[in-house]
Amino acid sequence: MIEHYLSLATKSIFVENILLAYFLGMCSFLACSKKVETAVGLGTAVIFVLSFTAPLNWIVYTVFLKPGALAWAGMPGVDLSFLSFVTFIAIIAAAVQIVEMSLDRFAPKLYAALGIFLPLIAVNCAILGASLFLVEREYNLGESIIFGFGSGAGWALAIIAMAAMRHKIRYSNIPSGLQGLGMTFLLTGLMAMAFMCFSGISL
Amino acid sequence: MATETAVPASGGGIGLTTREKKILKDPLWDNNPITFQILGVCSALAVTVQMQTAVVMSMALTTVVAGSGLIISSLREYIPSKIRIIVQLTVIASLVIVVDQVLKAYLFNISKQLSVFVGLIITNCIVMGRAEGFAMSNPPREAFLDGLANGVGYSLILLAVATVREILGNGSWFGIRIVPEFLYAHGYVNNGLMVLAPGAFIIVGLLIWAQRTIMGVEKHD
Repeated sequence: MIEHYLSLATKSIFVENILLAYFLGMCSFLACSKKVETAVGLGTAVIFVLSFTAPLNWIVYTVFLKPGALAWAGMPGVDLSFLSFVTFIAIIAAAVQIVEMSLDRFAPKLYAALGIFLPLIAVNCAILGASLFLVEREYNLGESIIFGFGSGAGWALAIIAMAAMRHKIRYSNIPSGLQGLGMTFLLTGLMAMAFMCFSGISL
Repeated sequence: MATETAVPASGGGIGLTTREKKILKDPLWDNNPITFQILGVCSALAVTVQMQTAVVMSMALTTVVAGSGLIISSLREYIPSKIRIIVQLTVIASLVIVVDQVLKAYLFNISKQLSVFVGLIITNCIVMGRAEGFAMSNPPREAFLDGLANGVGYSLILLAVATVREILGNGSWFGIRIVPEFLYAHGYVNNGLMVLAPGAFIIVGLLIWAQRTIMGVEKHD
């Protein structure tokens, strides 16, 4: 049991990194990887929100939306799964708002550090993507908690590494058309190649 | 506006004004959503292994951007500014549901291959960006054209990347064999890297490099 979860965690952090293998969350990855501190802040916020919304969306999907899920309400023939997009995005937006308010109330220091990043996260495709993957791969509740956390951690790892690399190449002599965005893409490609080395690992 | 609308339309019976032509033309090259505004990159990379999926994805996204531009712009007087993001998301999500259901009904195999990426059009930054940046402050007709043009600009990049990846990675284009058999007989091998994630990143990187060099962009972030 533990081994299964451990292997799922390794898979979602390294082997099938949500950014480097599935390209999710690219926009904020490109925009916020200029400074290491910003990257750490955004990465932490993504881990936080993903570990929170993935199980939440799983519960809502299983209890309300799945084909036949409404059997407990006496409607076994109802299939609401076509509503999952709009439900998930609403839950994510609401969860981000709640996380933001409770952080403000109970952990003001953390809020001061993450505050500006939280609203950005509501439209980060990594968050919605993880919820859609949960449904597609038919995970259970335990797996969805691990998967949510693992995907967040993998994303944070990638953005922090990228910020460090961009810091390193700041004074390099790069052809002018390649500076900035172009170089970031090439670096991401190289990083994705490096992460593919993990693909042999299974626990 | 008044002076611009006075310019006679030359593009057939549709009657486009100069401003509308500019709206249509800009996103295709000068202000391309992917390579220039850096929006909507996620899906651009994921669905470009084959031409087929890339074409379907382009059409799906163009429909959603144009449709959401039209709807949000028609509603713009009635949307309270405090909850505008939620309203925009709801409009976009509903359009995406429609597109997804249509794909499932008529192109089931391709919709299976696109998997979660149709759903992810909701969080595609192009759609949100155009809704927030253009449709909220412009009339429906222009917002529709703007959405259409941005969708087409996105499609151009998608198709370019997919062409390179499918030809180099599979030796085919739209599933039709392009690389002749005798090359394989002499030891030519498909480049497996192109099918995988790193290939996509590198192709887009090179594409951006090429575009910026041709345009001579001096300002960099």
